[in-house]
Amino acid sequence: MERNRSLALHGGALLILFLLQFVLPPYHYTNFTRIMVLAVYGIGYNILIGYTGLLSLGHAMFLASGMYAAGLAVHYIGVDPVSAFVLGSVAALAFATAVGLVALRTTGVSFMIVTMMFSQACYLLILYFNEVTRGDEGIAISEAARQIAGFSLTNPILRYNLALALFAGALILCYALIRSRVGRVLIAIRENEERVKMLGYHTFRYKLLALALSGLLSGAAGASYALMFGYVGATFAAIEYSIFALLWVLLGGAGTVLGPIIGALLMFYLVEWTSDVTESYRIVVGAALVLLTLFFPKGILGTLREKRLRWLP
Amino acid sequence: MAAVSFLETKALSRRFGGLTAVDGVDFSLRAGEIRAIIGPNGAGKTTLVSMISGRLAPSDGAIRFEGTDITRLPPWARVARGIVYTFQITSVFRNLSCFENVALAAQRALTLGKAPWHAIDQAALASSVTGALERVQLHERSDTPAANLPYGHQRLLELAMSLALKPKLLVLDEPTQGLSEAEITHFCELVREIADDATILLIEHNMDVVMELAERITVMSNGAILAEGTPAEITADAAVQQAYLGA
Repeated sequence: MERNRSLALHGGALLILFLLQFVLPPYHYTNFTRIMVLAVYGIGYNILIGYTGLLSLGHAMFLASGMYAAGLAVHYIGVDPVSAFVLGSVAALAFATAVGLVALRTTGVSFMIVTMMFSQACYLLILYFNEVTRGDEGIAISEAARQIAGFSLTNPILRYNLALALFAGALILCYALIRSRVGRVLIAIRENEERVKMLGYHTFRYKLLALALSGLLSGAAGASYALMFGYVGATFAAIEYSIFALLWVLLGGAGTVLGPIIGALLMFYLVEWTSDVTESYRIVVGAALVLLTLFFPKGILGTLREKRLRWLP
Repeated sequence: MAAVSFLETKALSRRFGGLTAVDGVDFSLRAGEIRAIIGPNGAGKTTLVSMISGRLAPSDGAIRFEGTDITRLPPWARVARGIVYTFQITSVFRNLSCFENVALAAQRALTLGKAPWHAIDQAALASSVTGALERVQLHERSDTPAANLPYGHQRLLELAMSLALKPKLLVLDEPTQGLSEAEITHFCELVREIADDATILLIEHNMDVVMELAERITVMSNGAILAEGTPAEITADAAVQQAYLGA
């Protein structure tokens, strides 16, 4: 019963996103494409913070590693986009695993600092190797290099539906993960890691798995972004993008499957509208973060789950 | 020819800075017994069982379980061998339902030695969980979040989690603390049932519980074993009287 309800809800959300492409005006059409790709990054982040209870402040490095691995391969070597997407995702997976082996030796505030430190190092490395990365101005990937079987990734319809497919894949992965026995252990680690150890679980391995999956989704989002929008730049590796992921997830509801896309959608438009009015949209982002943490820590879906929809995964 | 001890510690010590909480303890358990450890606060009881269950690493000494040295094994590996610790401070997963709490333990027991991608038999999991909840009579509260249970029931849930792990050695750290008289009676019955197929190591302050359950009693004081014997012997021991039973 509850299972059916939650399947219907998540299936319904995907259906709405599919149908939206027939009604959205062009400007919002592109925005929604972006939002779906960014939400995949949010879902990846949520697996770590929302379900495993590990607060990373450096997730931009995984987004950027996927983006750069895919983007540079296409730009310099002429790899086809599909292989570049796989390459970007796998690179981020490997990178997240390597970072995890070090960073997961810490917990709490130390983990936040270590992830942030790694991420800043990445950002600075991208700027340092400016000749290759064109870090500060970014690389524009030519349309000619962004063809899949004769179709151009600049085609908005193709792009929208690829983004939707990617998002659906991430959503299903996240949903299946938290319904699995591994997910059960991750959630328990969030609640009380010491107890989980004494129940016989090697918690480090589970946390590493969560981080690796989180990195994989972040990298997949980064790679897709590079390929779909033809741009790779150091801004995506900056601390701002780590904070964005945190914001989307907190706003939508940490530890809810649909939270990241709701958060990403609202924040995207909030930033969009305030940018029209003032240059300093960052102040809005900062204020949103403070208000959320103080008054709305469970976010939209988290609060709904607490009040009404206990079955919400 | 001495049989291999079920559990044995040799010169086991643990120091915290300048304080020696457990000081060169030789302790052993026979398979199948119910053993109580008593002693004043700060005697080192919890430190000793924490080293046995792997929560704390010893500073010195060795622990053998069923003939194998487990001194350096991490806690999860000890659980896999059948050593299960039940917390002094109730630490159920408060936001999860009773079913989920026990399922975490049950799936661990069901998946030991299997690869992580090995599919779990959901029916076997459900029956293991229900079985453990039935033993502590919480099966009707399966869907209740643990936080909504009264304190006494949370302790029972904790016990159900331990049972679902199919322990060979069950370590209970002050299990009756905060329970009512009626709950304690029920609890003692349960422990005796569990003892049919597990060895029980019990830290307990309530002397009525100790006298009723324990086959042998170990008395600790200042990090060392002061005396060991049957309840009758311990009651008669003058040194114990002085150190603990209130001289």
